[in-house]
Amino acid sequence: MTGWRLADGGPVIPNFGHGSECLRDNGWLCTSWVRQHWGDILQPALVQHIELTLIAVGIGFAIAFLLALVGFRWRVFDPPLGAFTDILYTIPSIALYQLLVPVTGLTVTTIEIALVSYTLFVLYRNIVAGLRAVPPEVLESARGMGLTRRQTFLRVELPLAAPAILAGLRVATVATISIATVAAFLIYYGLGGPIFDALGQPDIFRTELLASGGLAILLALSADALLALLQRALTPWSRLR
Amino acid sequence: MRTEAAELVFDEATKVYPGRESAAVDHLSLTVPAGEICVLVGPSGGGKTTALKLVNRLIPLTGGDIRIDGTSILEQDVAELRRSIGYVIQQVGLFPHMTVEGNIGTVPRLYRRPRSWIKARSAELLELVGLDPSYAKRFPAQLSGGERQRVGLARALAANPPLMLMDEPFGAIDPIVRARLQDEFLRLQKEIRKTVVFVTHDVDEAIKVGDRIAILREGGRLAQYDTPQQILEHPADEFVAEFVGRDRALKALALRTLGELELSPATEDGLPRLPADTSLRDALALLVAERRNALLVIGADGAPLGVATREDLLA
Repeated sequence: MTGWRLADGGPVIPNFGHGSECLRDNGWLCTSWVRQHWGDILQPALVQHIELTLIAVGIGFAIAFLLALVGFRWRVFDPPLGAFTDILYTIPSIALYQLLVPVTGLTVTTIEIALVSYTLFVLYRNIVAGLRAVPPEVLESARGMGLTRRQTFLRVELPLAAPAILAGLRVATVATISIATVAAFLIYYGLGGPIFDALGQPDIFRTELLASGGLAILLALSADALLALLQRALTPWSRLR
Repeated sequence: MRTEAAELVFDEATKVYPGRESAAVDHLSLTVPAGEICVLVGPSGGGKTTALKLVNRLIPLTGGDIRIDGTSILEQDVAELRRSIGYVIQQVGLFPHMTVEGNIGTVPRLYRRPRSWIKARSAELLELVGLDPSYAKRFPAQLSGGERQRVGLARALAANPPLMLMDEPFGAIDPIVRARLQDEFLRLQKEIRKTVVFVTHDVDEAIKVGDRIAILREGGRLAQYDTPQQILEHPADEFVAEFVGRDRALKALALRTLGELELSPATEDGLPRLPADTSLRDALALLVAERRNALLVIGADGAPLGVATREDLLA
């Protein structure tokens, strides 16, 4: 690719398309390119990215919730489970991808396994902490009124832990959106695809970088806002304290 | 759901915590007649809260028995037993994520009462405990300490239990509000006539609230179980006399009113006048302050009923 110039014309790399003046100057945001490639590059990448995130957070939440139930119900399991999620979290994502490739290959599954394992840490901690934070007098009155263990969990402990759990979901979701961009290091998938592409150009293709990177940031911000709204709607009482 | 008040019997009830030599509650035997308030009082370590929690099996008995209307608590399903007993604690323990109405509906929901029933019941109970019906939609965080305790009481009454357990219910509330809550609780009790076991460490509260007082001493042994009057006038031993305080004679005076005295006909003019529902303690205080020896007792309509002398008050 060395010696290649934008000014030479020709669409050597397909992402460039046939250049407008803006593209020839490698401008920061050439709207013509964005319009032209929304359908074949940006939108598919965005949809893939949302899918990656939803699946990772969904599965991560299910696993973390089960682990948290165990760690909450039987205190002895809490430290080892906490340490387990902690260790997963500390493995650098690129290293984790490389560890997984021999097992699951260059697939979306590899990416999801890595993403899920990163969500466990924050979700597990938040769920357990939320359940533990229920005041003792609330538990005593629940017991004293004749709620069974199960009823106490479903009607008192779980709803009271909801703000902490939702806060954990927010952090996990935003973190997953950001880590998922690195997945393109492995295969062309998600918003990381066009980001890595743009970075791979000799001059850095600014418009593509800004458009795809900007989409990732926008996605993270909207997910955060959406979950914040959900939190408000589900736990109106939690802002009163 | 039983609704009438129930008789509560402690029969040699004993609790020894695992790994402890001495008992927390030691062969406690007493009967609380249906519809009466029994106050458990005593120094810390006397086992009053333990004794209370034995009743709804929050703490399991290690010996003896407790019967509610003749049925042993050990023969009942523990969740069912607890739902049939109102439970009020000092820190209230309202559910922060539920509205006042949601809190009050806790036990009725366990009994699968319909929503409309709970709504109506909650409005009725709010009125009973002196709160505006608009409180139904508030969350506990929006209430003052006194209001929370009222809601706690309403919640405990929701399923109309025949027996109420109250563990220092007014202990965390400032003295002025506490006195008002005590008065309202006594007024309420006149209406609903529950059997109540009430734990406090405050002798004055015990005397004010209790139909009967059980004084527990260290090791959970019963020192005396009697009416407030009897305990003040005839303490069973040195421990009880010490516990109720040196001013027990004055406290006893506070329990009786001028209307209960045999009055002599009025002969003297210009005596201080006091209504018949004045306590003997307040009447004596007035005589001391005014340096007088007698006063004129008047009825609610202001008509003189007769004269009471210092000797009458102290007799």
